[in-house]
Amino acid sequence: MRNLASLLFAGGLAFLLLTLLSQLAFGTPPMRVGAEILAVAPGEVGAANLVTAILLGYRGFDTLGELAILFAAATAAGVVLGRRRDDARRDPPGGEVLRTGADLLFPLLVVVGFYVIAHGHLTPGGGFQGGVILAAAFFVALLAQPARHLSHGLILWIEGLAGAAFILIGIWALVADGDFLAPLLGPGRMGDLVSAGTLPLLSLAIGLKVGAELAGIMAHIADAEAPDT
Amino acid sequence: MTTWVALVVVVLMLVSALAVLLLRSFVAAVAATAVVGLGLTVLFVLMRAPDVAMTEAAVGAGLSGVILALALRRLGLWRVEDNGQGGGDA
Repeated sequence: MRNLASLLFAGGLAFLLLTLLSQLAFGTPPMRVGAEILAVAPGEVGAANLVTAILLGYRGFDTLGELAILFAAATAAGVVLGRRRDDARRDPPGGEVLRTGADLLFPLLVVVGFYVIAHGHLTPGGGFQGGVILAAAFFVALLAQPARHLSHGLILWIEGLAGAAFILIGIWALVADGDFLAPLLGPGRMGDLVSAGTLPLLSLAIGLKVGAELAGIMAHIADAEAPDT
Repeated sequence: MTTWVALVVVVLMLVSALAVLLLRSFVAAVAATAVVGLGLTVLFVLMRAPDVAMTEAAVGAGLSGVILALALRRLGLWRVEDNGQGGGDA
């Protein structure tokens, strides 16, 4: 019975996707809202990367919602995984090659992460992507040496302050401009590192928050009790 | 040209998605899920969405693979061939 239901569901889904596929040429957008934003955004927001202009300038509130979802996920993971027992077994260290590799990779990944965050309004990338790279930097180090544990208190502080900064910038815009999270400080000259007003600041806040949250989740999983083989 | 590359990538993704279901080894299955993510990344690049491609590469191929691998290790299912104690290099 259940197999029949699954088959029916899969068939329906395939039919739906095939119908969509037969109507659309590959890579052709059916919506026309994008053209409007493409025309207006560069002058209004001043970000060379229009995706960031939309994510943080026009749809900043949605981005705040995404951050809230990520926060809920991180909290849930923390609750499920619980606190580490003091006498719990640790994973064995990763060995010489992995440790040296991790030490070499760490500064490189941190620099790339901050580069991606800082240039989010100019080139592809931004807070989310840079934040994941930052989290990966800390995580590679943790995998190589499980005994070196990440400070959960520090992670919580970074996460909280970054989230508060995002909301404070939004409230600042509310007071100054009348709209929550409206871009402030003027567009500046397109293509400069310091341009697009508050967008780079929001990007930095997102990057730190996402990085801290993901590093926290992974540290939680890595910190949980190792099984007795 | 683009269509052909896309077709090849889609076939590769379908094969690795099937492999996830059929492979007996959990480690290999996790690797196959990462291949699906990487294929999706190529598709996003072809559709000129580098931002989404970066996110997919970082989250879909990298992060989820790591989290799945960690979960395997926690559950004691992380075995590559040998069932013994593994190399004791400590």
